[in-house]
Parts: sequence; structure tokens; C-alpha cells
Amino acid sequence: MYCLIGAEAAIFTIFVVAYLFYIGKSLAGPKPKDVLHAPIFFTVCLLSSSLTVHVAVRRLIAGNMAAFARYWSLTILLGGLFLFGTAREWVHLIFRDGLTIDTNLFGTTYYSLVGLHAFHVTMGLLALSAVVLFYFAGLLRREHSERLEVLSLYWHFVDAVWVVVFLVVYVIGA
Amino acid sequence: MSTNAMVVSELPVSRPFTLRLHDWVTTVDHKRLGILYILFGLVFLLAGGVEATIMRLQLVRPHNDLVSPEVFNRMFTMHGTTMIFFVAMPLVFGFANYLAPLMIGARDMAFPRLNAFSLWMTALGGLFLYFSFLGGSGLYGAGSTPDVGWFAYAPLTAKTFSVGHSTDYWILSLLSSGIGSIGTAINIIATILCMRCPGMTLGKMPLLVWLNLVMAGLVILAVSPLSAAQIMLLIDRYLGGHFFDTQAGGSAVIWMHFFWIFGHPEVYVLVLPAFAFASEIIPVFSRKAIFGYPVMVMATVAIGFIGMSVWAHHMFTVGMSAGANTFFVLSTMAIAVPTGIKIFNWLATMWGGKIRFDTPMLFCVGFLFQFLVAGLTGVTLAVAPLDWQLGNSYYVVAHFHYVIVGGILFTIFGAFYYWFPKAVGKMCNEALGKLHFWLFFIGFHLTFDFMHIPGLLGMPRRIYTYEPGRGWDIWNLIVTVGVVFQALGILVFAFNLIWSYFRGKASGNDPWDAWTLEWSASSPPPVYNYAVIPRVRSRRPLWDLKHPEDPDWGYE
Repeated sequence: MYCLIGAEAAIFTIFVVAYLFYIGKSLAGPKPKDVLHAPIFFTVCLLSSSLTVHVAVRRLIAGNMAAFARYWSLTILLGGLFLFGTAREWVHLIFRDGLTIDTNLFGTTYYSLVGLHAFHVTMGLLALSAVVLFYFAGLLRREHSERLEVLSLYWHFVDAVWVVVFLVVYVIGA
Repeated sequence: MSTNAMVVSELPVSRPFTLRLHDWVTTVDHKRLGILYILFGLVFLLAGGVEATIMRLQLVRPHNDLVSPEVFNRMFTMHGTTMIFFVAMPLVFGFANYLAPLMIGARDMAFPRLNAFSLWMTALGGLFLYFSFLGGSGLYGAGSTPDVGWFAYAPLTAKTFSVGHSTDYWILSLLSSGIGSIGTAINIIATILCMRCPGMTLGKMPLLVWLNLVMAGLVILAVSPLSAAQIMLLIDRYLGGHFFDTQAGGSAVIWMHFFWIFGHPEVYVLVLPAFAFASEIIPVFSRKAIFGYPVMVMATVAIGFIGMSVWAHHMFTVGMSAGANTFFVLSTMAIAVPTGIKIFNWLATMWGGKIRFDTPMLFCVGFLFQFLVAGLTGVTLAVAPLDWQLGNSYYVVAHFHYVIVGGILFTIFGAFYYWFPKAVGKMCNEALGKLHFWLFFIGFHLTFDFMHIPGLLGMPRRIYTYEPGRGWDIWNLIVTVGVVFQALGILVFAFNLIWSYFRGKASGNDPWDAWTLEWSASSPPPVYNYAVIPRVRSRRPLWDLKHPEDPDWGYE
């Protein structure tokens, strides 16, 4: 999983470099500072989900299945909220501000970078939800905690990437 | 032995073809997957070779009209893409897959199913690329196969300049084989770090394993940016993005950076396994332990690090700033140092040894000499002012073929002759092997030695024909004549593999009197490799077994 994270980090690096390189190079509007608003609330959701997934695995190791399920579901809820936030932002950008992926360079790089991250969140949510299904089917046991730790590692990575994306898109880029 | 061995030997000898095929297609065994990788690479080697031959026949004399300029463009694109992604990479991964678990005393790779997935993703990539012959046009009048060059510079790949689907097949092909490569790299690293047998510390791993570990790390750092760049190109072509669209403020140069951030480490991805084969074969055939093992490991890791910071020496002619040029000149020259250390260590290994010139050793000696020359022309190209003169000329083509054919392919041939007995249980025919070596050696030098000269005389690469009377004619003729010898060599090689598979004489488990663990398994090794997981105490465990009175661990 560390290797996969290394490979994913390299992919994100390339997209981040492209974003930074193209800041202010768009030939036409809209510009980032006119349309972007930092999604503070949804960022807090995503980052705190890192905490809940960690607590959930600790509970599983301790053998407390009910607490595990609570924290694990909370993680999914927080991740889902974050995705909802991204979706709402995109709807606003597309229908109110008229920014799509082919409008200008800002649109291209913005949707690619944020979209790539949202794709990873989606993948993570699917994996997290699969665990919930296993839990309700009664197949999840304490000895699986090692695998869930690997999955939570991936989730931490997705959160950490968001810190970088947030910094690049909403702080430096705007 | 164990009950496992009994069960295996009781299987009926001749099972129906469909059942055996089913076994191979659904296999997750690292040895079978390794062999599939290698067969896959060999098939594409023939395809890529045919494309190269077509190009050389076209260039044999001035104003030749064997193929049209459009077809010529397709041929050099397909040749480059095929040889790098579907010949060199699968061969390298095949050997790593086959040998790494055996050499570290493991029963399989860490993730057998990921291993199979990676193989079939790579195969899918090859299928995409060659399907473009049929499905590439998409539009009436558009070209069939990709014709944008193997590094596919923007804006040639934009929808405007590359109509139809040929470029899309190129993108998909590299994307899916890239996923396969990353999967295999993850697998190799996990296997080597987690599954070594008791006693095999990192400092006692065979050099082949060390080099493949660094190779896999480079794959992860290099192939991922390529995949990212392919995704961007797809966004440009299908969603109307502007990453590489200069009309909308995008940059064509950033594609070059993204491609070569992959492209140059890729050279080390391919050459490190070549070093790995040389580091195993040369000691065994010199009857001496490798000289300077820790330094070899350090040089490998140094190459891995420096190799990540030399990419823009492919871009001196683009017009970068003086600062950038200076940095990449210096880093490129710096990488010659660890490489030089390796060459001296191989020479020191041979020095004073009782050298046996069997076919594997012949290829490795050829490699040593040719790789040195390739490195020296590389240093000349690293000098930015000289590169401004020679960039994009046949001098560059000659240089990198010297690396890839003279260096990498020669050791891969050596590796075939060296490990064929292990995989099949029969020896390769030695006379045919020597014939293959000499034919290929002569052909290689005719082609690629003389290819430097038209480059120095100013012949650019990728031209489909040229004017007579520029002093290029005779050199092009010699270059093409060399291809005949190389093609004959390859045919002898293919015949040798097939003939030896059916008729070769039995090899026994350890035909070369070698020292690494894979030679202690039977030939071919059983599915489970080792009934009892071995324990090692030195870098040459089989030496310790054969010479209990003077074991290696007394000295290390």
C-alpha cells in the first residue's frame, strides 16, 4: 500500500505541477478569485474523517464491534458530505459562473485536479462501504483489522492530498 | 520429498490442449506469469523488428519509394512504442517475476493475483496498440496506426492535427500497460522486502534482486507521471481541455517535461535489470565472487536517485534557460560516475578469474564493451552545446540504440541462455548460441557503429528519404546491410529456443556450477519452488553447500 501511495502521489504531483504552472495563464475568464470560495466546512468534514477511521480501527482491535461500526459509518458519512460539497460547488460553477472543463485553462486544470481527488474519495468510499456490507453480513472479525488498517492508510492519503489540493487551488491559486 | 511432490508427479502427462491452455491463462504462479511475460515480449520483438526493417529498407538508398511518408511515420512510432513498452518492459518484468522469488527463497510473489492482473493489463495495452491497424482510422481518410512519434510531442497529438482514433489507441495502450507496470512494481517491492528466506538480510541478497528492487522503485516514480500525462492528453482530446493547447495558453513544452520525467528514468528501468543479469552471469563464468558488492549496491541506488533528475537533457534543443541547461548537463555527467564504478567492478570480477566463454558470458562481454561506448557517446550528448548540433540527428538514434540493443538486449540474450535450462530443464544448443552471438554482434556493429556518421554529417532522424550526394548514401547502405545480419541472428535465436525446448540435452539442476538459490531448485522448479524454505548464511548459499570446508560466511 505504501508503494501504491507512492505511485498515486507521483500522479497527483504531476497534476499539481500542471495547476501551479498554469495559474494566471488563462486567456479568458472566469478567473479563480472571481468564482472560487474555499469550502472550509467540507474540508473539516474530510479531515475529521481521518480521525474517525483511525478510532474505528482501534475499536476493532479492542474487539468493540458496535463502536467500530459507529465510527466507520461516521467516516463514510463525512466522506459523503465532502463529495456532496464538491458536487454542489461544481453545479454552482457550471450553471452560475459558466465555468466548464473547456472554458479556459483554469477550468481544465481545476476540474482535472479536484476531479482526480474526488475520484479517489469515491473509490475510498466504495471500499469503506464494502466493509460495512461485510459487517452486516457478519463476516467481519477482529483478525481483519490489519487489512482495515491498510485501507485506512489509503484514506489518510486521500485526506492528506486534499490538504495539498486545498492549498494549491484555494490559497495559492486564488 | 513431500506429499506435494507426489501429487504433482501423479498428474497425467498429456492433458488435453484446452485444459493446458486454461491452466496457463488462469495461472497465478510467478514462474508461469514470468514465462508469459517473456513470450509476450518475444512476439512483439518480432513485430517491432519487422517495423525497423521496413524503415531501414526505405532508407537504403536516396529517393527510395518503398513506403509512403505517412507509412514511414507510423513505422517509427510503432517501432519505438513497441520496443520500449511491449518488448523491453515485459522481458524485464518477466525475468524479475521468474527469478526474484526463486533467488530469495520464496514460494511465490507477494500478490499472485495482482501479478496476473498486471500481466493481462500489459497484454491489453499491446492489443490496443496493434488493434489500431484495424480500428485506428475511425474517419475516412484518417491514418490507421499512431504516427506521432513514440514521445508524441504536443501539439501533434491535438485533435486538429491527429484526426481519427490512432492517437487514442496509443494513449489507451500506454495507460493500461502503465497500470500493469505499476502493479508489477508494487509486487516486486513487496516480495523482495517481505518474503526473503531466513538469513537473507538485505546485505546478502543477490545483486539481481537488489537491482530489480531499485528498478521497481523507479517504475513507481516514473510510470505514474506518464499515466498522469496520458490522462491529461485524454482530457484534451475528449473533454476539450487545454493542457497542451497553445491556442488557449497551454504549453507544449510541459508535455515534454512530463514525458521525459517518465522517459529518462525509463532508461534506467530497462538498464538496471541488464546490469542485474551481468552481475549474476559475469561472476559465475569468471569463477569469482562479484567484486565490490556493497559498492555495486550503492552505485545502483545512486543511479536510481540521480536518474530521477536528468530528464531535461532530452530537451536542450527546446531552448531552456541557461540555469536549467547547466543543471541538467551536470546531473547527466554525474550519473556517469556510478555507472563507471559498475563497469570497473565487472572488469575487476573478470580480472584474474578462470573465464569460461559460454554463450551467456559472450553476450555479457559484448555488453561491457558496447555499454561503455554507449555511455561515452552519452557523455558527449550531455554537453549542451554539442547537443544543439547533434540533437535529433542520427547520432542520437545511434547512441540510444547502442544503449538499448548493445547494452540491454545483449544481456537479455545472455540471460536467456543462462536461465533457459532452469525454466525448461534442457540446455540451449551451444553452437547455435555462438552463431547467434556472432551474427548479431556483426550486425549490431555494422548498423549502429556506422549510424553515428550520417548523424555527425547532419542527417536528421525521422526523415523518410533524403537527397543523394550529401555523403549519407554509403553509410545508410552499410546500416541497412547490418540489419540483415541482426535479423538472421534473431531467427537463429528463435530456432534455437524452439529446437532446444524439444531436443535440447537435459541440463540437471545446476548446469553452470552457480551459487544463487534458484539453482538448488529442480529444473524446471516445482509449483511451490522449495519444499523446505532454505536458510542462507552468505551471499553465495550454494557455494557454502558445495564447499562446507571453506564457506563464504567465514569471510563476509
